[in-house]
Amino acid sequence: MLMETAKPVPGAPTKAAAPAPAFDLVAALKSAAFSAIVTLGLGFPLLAYDTHPDISNALIVVPRWSWAIVAAVVVFAGRFLGLLLNARPRAAKRPQQLRVPSRGETLLKANLVWFALAALVAFPIVMLGLLGSGGSLKWINNYGIQILIYVMLGWGLNIVVGLAGLLDLGYVAFYAVGAYSYALLSTTYGLSFWICLPLAGILAAFWGMILGFPVLRLRGDYLAIVTLAFGEIIRIVLINWTDLTNGYAGIASIPRATFFGVPFVDDEGGFSRLFGIEYSPIQRTIFLFYVILALALLTNFVTLRLRRLPVGRAWEALREDEIACRSLGINTVNTKLTAFALGAMFGGFAGSFFAVRQGFVSPESFTFIESATILAIVVLGGMGSQIGVAIAATVLIGGTELLRELDFLKRIFGEGFDPVQYRMLIFGGGMVLMMIWRPRGIIATRQPSIFLKQRKAISSDMVKEGHG
Amino acid sequence: MDIFLQSMINGVTLGSIYGLIAIGYTMVFGIIGMVNFAHGDVFMLSAFVALILFLVLTQLLGIANVALAFVVVLVAAMAITALWSWTIERVAYRPLRGSFRLAPLISAIGMSIFLSNMVQVIQGPRNKTIPPMFDQVIKVTQGGSYDVTLSYKQIIIIVSTTVLMAGFWFLVQKTPLGRAQRACEQDRRMASLLGIDVDRTISLTFVIGAALAAVAGVLYLSYYGVVSFADGFVPGVKAFTAAVLGGIGSLPGAVLGGLLIGLIEVLWSTYVSTDYKDVAAFSILAITLIFMPTGLLGRPEIEKV
Repeated sequence: MLMETAKPVPGAPTKAAAPAPAFDLVAALKSAAFSAIVTLGLGFPLLAYDTHPDISNALIVVPRWSWAIVAAVVVFAGRFLGLLLNARPRAAKRPQQLRVPSRGETLLKANLVWFALAALVAFPIVMLGLLGSGGSLKWINNYGIQILIYVMLGWGLNIVVGLAGLLDLGYVAFYAVGAYSYALLSTTYGLSFWICLPLAGILAAFWGMILGFPVLRLRGDYLAIVTLAFGEIIRIVLINWTDLTNGYAGIASIPRATFFGVPFVDDEGGFSRLFGIEYSPIQRTIFLFYVILALALLTNFVTLRLRRLPVGRAWEALREDEIACRSLGINTVNTKLTAFALGAMFGGFAGSFFAVRQGFVSPESFTFIESATILAIVVLGGMGSQIGVAIAATVLIGGTELLRELDFLKRIFGEGFDPVQYRMLIFGGGMVLMMIWRPRGIIATRQPSIFLKQRKAISSDMVKEGHG
Repeated sequence: MDIFLQSMINGVTLGSIYGLIAIGYTMVFGIIGMVNFAHGDVFMLSAFVALILFLVLTQLLGIANVALAFVVVLVAAMAITALWSWTIERVAYRPLRGSFRLAPLISAIGMSIFLSNMVQVIQGPRNKTIPPMFDQVIKVTQGGSYDVTLSYKQIIIIVSTTVLMAGFWFLVQKTPLGRAQRACEQDRRMASLLGIDVDRTISLTFVIGAALAAVAGVLYLSYYGVVSFADGFVPGVKAFTAAVLGGIGSLPGAVLGGLLIGLIEVLWSTYVSTDYKDVAAFSILAITLIFMPTGLLGRPEIEKV
């Protein structure tokens, strides 16, 4: 359907005409009370009793009714306020129109990308200038590099999920293959990062093909489950094949990144001496920042170019309608396999970078939660939208990092309160809420990659991803 | 030979638990075509509910009779878990009906993450253990190289699974609710035209599935005596494997698949490798889906344009 321009369906019912209903206080109170009672029922044993081991290590149970009551009161208030706000007369909802951006807007948008790019390139320098070498490390490392890794993984998975419409729940397997490739090749054979990086990508793509070949004729959710199974198998093998991978203990002391052969040490022949500047450990971090920025941009560039090639068009056609594709003579298995292998390759690059950045890999870093995180980034960003994925990665990963900063909450809730442990809780809840409120993701329009006469944005409701 | 017999007994016990969870997957998939990814975590939640209730009964209320406590815990855990599942369906899945196909799956993955982390936050990340119960054993064979035993726990698990399956079979085959459910499974729109409340039927499907998962949770807790917040994922995937192996959408298939997965897992641990026992289950999942997507007892799916 991508090639057609969307027209409003004549005679489609409009909801705007209906008058806003009057607020029914009794009904709202009843509904809120019902929700509160359900919450009490849900929280009865889990919230209302705490279990912890006593001195002899036997579990004892302690009533904690305040938690359950607080939860019920919060739900009551939330439900009541929700109904109250819903009933207020709202401005008549305009029928959603498919807007064609004007020339000026398009120019601004095109420049926006360049502005964002300039800001990213300047980011470490500005941070270093503002906060000094000690203060900026956290921002460049925890925010900059961490977010960019996930942007890259998101873009890599976007090729598989967003463009080709294949739901992959085991993407972390390729990330792991990349990370272990670099870790093993560098510690065993002493190969440098710049040799291992392409090797890791090739190995990951190879694994993508091996795993992809048998499973790619499965439909949507079966494919998702099989990829999940493969992801778990690879992790279990990494844990148990101790001769090769050292099991749970992982592989430590992986060689750190060098500036194309020049190490970041305070020594003769080190990076700082070579360029005649003062040594600081942040130089390596800044270098890593630019490496991952370049890798992420490469992923984006390749994706954007591939979308214009026949294979990219075949991916999108496949996502829209597999049967039609087959009837038109597209080799669906090969088309899917290229998407799978390319996505895996970028996952492998990212994994290799992960290993060189951490200097340590262990199977703990490659759990299913990691796959779910990357998938959430792609889905919440709007499947197939490059900029949406970048925004979603920034919000999700930056947001979870920000939780570490919320120390002031300890003063409110007491010393035992640790905002970080709520990270995955908020994350899971966010995925559910996003599906309910904005199932098409943050960026819910698409630029068709091929068009007749004029480029038009189309609503992603017209795009039916996931019919793999 | 004795070891083989013991493995068979252990395998059937484990398989009964998987079968009970698998029914929840297969029913939900049958009726709304969705992989309820959070079902494994509902199972874990029910084990936690049972753990706390058991401690409350024995410690705070001072009930000394373990059998009585067990029955009370079983019934209460079924009710509370069913309420959880009803709420989850209401909040996370119902608003997505009619959305694109992957939306419910993604929502379910979010729910799964939410549930396991919620339990971690409110009950702590450690393993929770309860004192062993019903630990008497019957010696099946004696004097050989190995004494084959059948514990009371295993008898309770196998008997209660069999009784529940029979009751559940009656519910689906003979009652108006079961008929409505089978109708919705075949054609939801047609069923609603014939006066069946589809939303209510779907809710009840989730409730029944969760109640069976709660039984599995209570039995799991009494069998192993320990549970942690992360225990939902792997049993969940294995039970899903069981549902797929038996043919997804088929209720006898789920039970058969559960028993097979339990047996394969135990035999694999005994004769091949304990470390790789999860690999066996995951490989079966992949192999079944690739070579036999309809499973053992499933109906072939017709692809329409």
